Amino acid sequence: MKEKEVIQGFSNNLNARNRKGVIWHIIFQASTLVGIVALIALMLNIVNSAFGYVAYEARVDPDTFTVDGVPLEEQNKEQLLTLLQSELSRGAYNKLNNEEPFEERSRENVFQLIVERIIRPKVVAVWDLWPSLTQVDEIRATVAQDFPTAELDFVSWLTYDFVTRPQTSEALTAGVRTAILGSLWTIFFTILLAFPVGVGAAIYLEEYASDNWFNRIIQTNINNLAGVPSIVYGILGLAIFVRTLEPLTSGEIFGLVDPTTANGRTVLSAGLTLGLLVLPIIIINAQEAIRAVPRSLRNASFGVGATKWQTVWSHVLPNAMPGILTGTILAVSRAIGETAPLVVVGASTAISFDPESPFSKFTTLPIQIYQWTARPQAEFQSLAAASILVLLVLLLSLNASAVLLRNRFSRRF
Amino acid sequence: MAELTDKKTSTISLRRKPRWGESIIQGLLFLSGFLSIFITIGIVYELGKEALLFFQMPEVDLLSTITSTEWKPHVNKFGIWPLLTSTLLTSTIAMSIAIPLGMSVAIYLSEYASPKVRNTLKPVLEVLAGIPTIVYGYFALTFMTPLLRQIFGNDTVQIYNTASAGLVMGILILPLITSMTEDSLSAVPRSLREAAYGMGATKLEVAVQIVVPAALSGIAAAIIVGISRAIGETMIVAVAAGAGPNFTLNPFIGAETITGHIVRISGGDLSYDSIDYNSIFALGLFLFLVTLTLNIISQAIVRRFREVYE
Amino acid sequence: MTTNNNPEPTYVIETQDLEIYYGTFKAVTDVNMKVEQNKITAIIGPSGCGKSTLLRAFNRMNELYAGTSIKGKITFNGQDIYAKEVDPVEVRYRIGMVFQKPNPFPKSIYENIAWTARIHGYKGNMDELVENSLQQAALWDEVKDKLHQSGLSLSGGQQQRLCIARAISIKPEVILMDEPASALDPIATLKIEELMQELKKNYTIVIVTHNMQQAARASDYTAMMMLSGEGERSGTMIEFNETKTIFTRPADKRTEDYVTGRFG
Ligand SMILES: Nc1ncnc2c1ncn2[C@@H]1O[C@H](COP(=O)(O)OP(=O)(O)O)[C@@H](O)[C@H]1O
Ligand SMILES: [Mg+2]
Repeated sequence: MKEKEVIQGFSNNLNARNRKGVIWHIIFQASTLVGIVALIALMLNIVNSAFGYVAYEARVDPDTFTVDGVPLEEQNKEQLLTLLQSELSRGAYNKLNNEEPFEERSRENVFQLIVERIIRPKVVAVWDLWPSLTQVDEIRATVAQDFPTAELDFVSWLTYDFVTRPQTSEALTAGVRTAILGSLWTIFFTILLAFPVGVGAAIYLEEYASDNWFNRIIQTNINNLAGVPSIVYGILGLAIFVRTLEPLTSGEIFGLVDPTTANGRTVLSAGLTLGLLVLPIIIINAQEAIRAVPRSLRNASFGVGATKWQTVWSHVLPNAMPGILTGTILAVSRAIGETAPLVVVGASTAISFDPESPFSKFTTLPIQIYQWTARPQAEFQSLAAASILVLLVLLLSLNASAVLLRNRFSRRF
Repeated sequence: MAELTDKKTSTISLRRKPRWGESIIQGLLFLSGFLSIFITIGIVYELGKEALLFFQMPEVDLLSTITSTEWKPHVNKFGIWPLLTSTLLTSTIAMSIAIPLGMSVAIYLSEYASPKVRNTLKPVLEVLAGIPTIVYGYFALTFMTPLLRQIFGNDTVQIYNTASAGLVMGILILPLITSMTEDSLSAVPRSLREAAYGMGATKLEVAVQIVVPAALSGIAAAIIVGISRAIGETMIVAVAAGAGPNFTLNPFIGAETITGHIVRISGGDLSYDSIDYNSIFALGLFLFLVTLTLNIISQAIVRRFREVYE
Repeated sequence: MTTNNNPEPTYVIETQDLEIYYGTFKAVTDVNMKVEQNKITAIIGPSGCGKSTLLRAFNRMNELYAGTSIKGKITFNGQDIYAKEVDPVEVRYRIGMVFQKPNPFPKSIYENIAWTARIHGYKGNMDELVENSLQQAALWDEVKDKLHQSGLSLSGGQQQRLCIARAISIKPEVILMDEPASALDPIATLKIEELMQELKKNYTIVIVTHNMQQAARASDYTAMMMLSGEGERSGTMIEFNETKTIFTRPADKRTEDYVTGRFG
């Protein structure tokens, strides 16, 4: 391009400007990359801990149980049962029998019990996935030198057994069934409270509320509640559900007090607390869904003489429902991942039995992750990583269903 | 025939009939809406009541709470400063990551990225935003802390430290800032961009000197919400920032934040009406008031912003 | 700079067999026109025939919409502005634009001009430049006491003149105007038209208008565009001539119908 003659002090500085443009373009792009890299690092870090070599020693040497030259691993169910009976106290043996009669248990199950209860392997060293893949020889050498009696195995901390076993204090035999069931119980009560109330409030605000100062306060208040730190809800839950409403939340007024529960720190309290927490989110999402239903549909209904509620119930709600459900699922995923309020409400640190009523003590998946993360031993970090994977899979499937719902119904209007 | 005449002679009533069903339902819906007010009242009342009890305890006095630099419940020292400084420290570190990165990403997405790139990147940010904070806590402790220790040396960086928690919190808040900022950037009318391009501005000049200033109030709102989120964030600091109040501005040593302290205290066996029990209500009330104020400011800014462009 | 009655006219912008596409949709086809220096060239035609599209092609504003492309050639002072090495920013520096809807920056009146000058490296006396530009845009007297108020606080007509002031502050050679008065009231429109007559002493102006009177009154040359063919939706230039010819003895029947208001 021909040079524009320099008029009255304009300098042709385009090269410098373009250079600046390129530099900043790169900076903006790099920032975006940082976000993606962070996500990848987060995932890899979890996967890295969830698999790898473990060196463990038996507290009781299995060789001592060799009968007539038949090693433990090859003994049949009867032999194993005899062993179990002789090594366990009668109380413990009977308790196991009560949980599931031995006649009905498989040989594998009994063998598992012997490993858990009698041999009791103890983790002595843990390696992450990366060193386990790249430094196998060094790992073998270390184990041979430092823990000559230890077994070295490549394990996946995330297994089917891990998901279905109750919590125990032994890393190798711990599982998250208790926590998963606790999460499900909790979420059930969360939904029970937050869904009807949330949708009701959204209908009120969108369809009934006139634009006066009072309804504006309700709306503003809901927006503000959505921004209150979750731990504050925990404190509120502690004061209201655990303490003030203890007769209700501990099941006392129903005569259903869980003998192991001292107070209102129950599944019910936890669920209701999370219910309050997600209520504003559900309301806001539902309002948006209701607002997306076209005016013309309401007019058509009113035009044939329907009442307000008939219009809402037969036309507005059915059409808004996919949106409401999507919003609810997203709110529920938030609740499933919450940790802090439940710690304050009083999640139990170690329970190995499944919750079986609203008045049971509770733990949840995130609480379990928190407790394992806070343990100094590496094997518990691996357990935490495995449970994070369980949690993320759970959340991912929830979110995927929300996205499916949204896409399925989004082309309605 | 008879029916017809009947209808003619009897006056058709257009008067309002009482519809009990409708009224009951409307009442229930109103109660649902009103519950949210009740939650707020509940928070203020319950937290206020116990916080008041806290300050009425013989061991506590308001003056030393706001002046003392020691929070040691076992020797009855309740100075808020150590909890406050570490909360400020983690929040500052988080925001110094989240603001520049979040704004850069938002500018990239709204001004530079092609629709295809935008549509792939936004879900990534949504995923980042949907990950539970305890997972970020795990990430801080098992990834960020070892990384910091490797860079700055094990002697400088303690296992628990506010830097690690703050940095990871920055990543947590990044998607929030990005999506709010991007919303306000894309709300800037196209005509404004065209005006600038028409004057021969470069893409950078349009983005940074025209679009960003026009979206400034939305961006300010995003930043304020981000700060409020950082102050209230709990699990990352509970896991990675350290247990035990510590009056320090050194980001490499452990120091407990307000939220971290609440979690640690209530994780143990809390007996009702103990000074610990009451103290978490006082701290909770403080958190509530601070974050509420920030959120109200941010919403007021957003409302003003809307009025300009709609 | 040359003035009227130059026997050898200089052409600032020329197009050759120009076609403009939005993706695969050919919005404009077969445009051959020359824009003479220090003249006002009007582009008229029914709505949707590609007037704005053509105008935006002159300073590469179309590129801001995804998927646009051109075939053929547009030259500015003889140079192909779509050549690979040409920077669109540079093109827009020399060929300024005023838009259909006034779009001042949400900055002060002063800053609207100062920012524009500043990004192009203006080092001179800014107050002077602002005053000059506003004066040329016939806005100075109305705003000289409130230079630091927001540009958005002005009336629509004033805003549009501010946009013109902003455009001329960087001394482009050509000013493109896309229906600059269509959003304004008659009095403000008149002011803009008078302003254009002033401006053409120093600038070359291309203006899109759907207002026949405006074109007839204000322009020297007129390009008539229309959708070509039957099922075809591409706009094309069916006639290009001196304005008085177009409005008194048009060569094309469709032009005559259009300018006399028989359709459009
Ligand atoms: N950004 C765009 N993307 C796709 N098609 C467009 C775009 N802008 C205009 N068009 C199409 O190009 C044709 C010409 O439009 P335009 O140039 O705005 O006409 P005019 O200004 O003469 O009314 C129309 O069919 C219009 O729909
Ligand atoms: Mg047009």
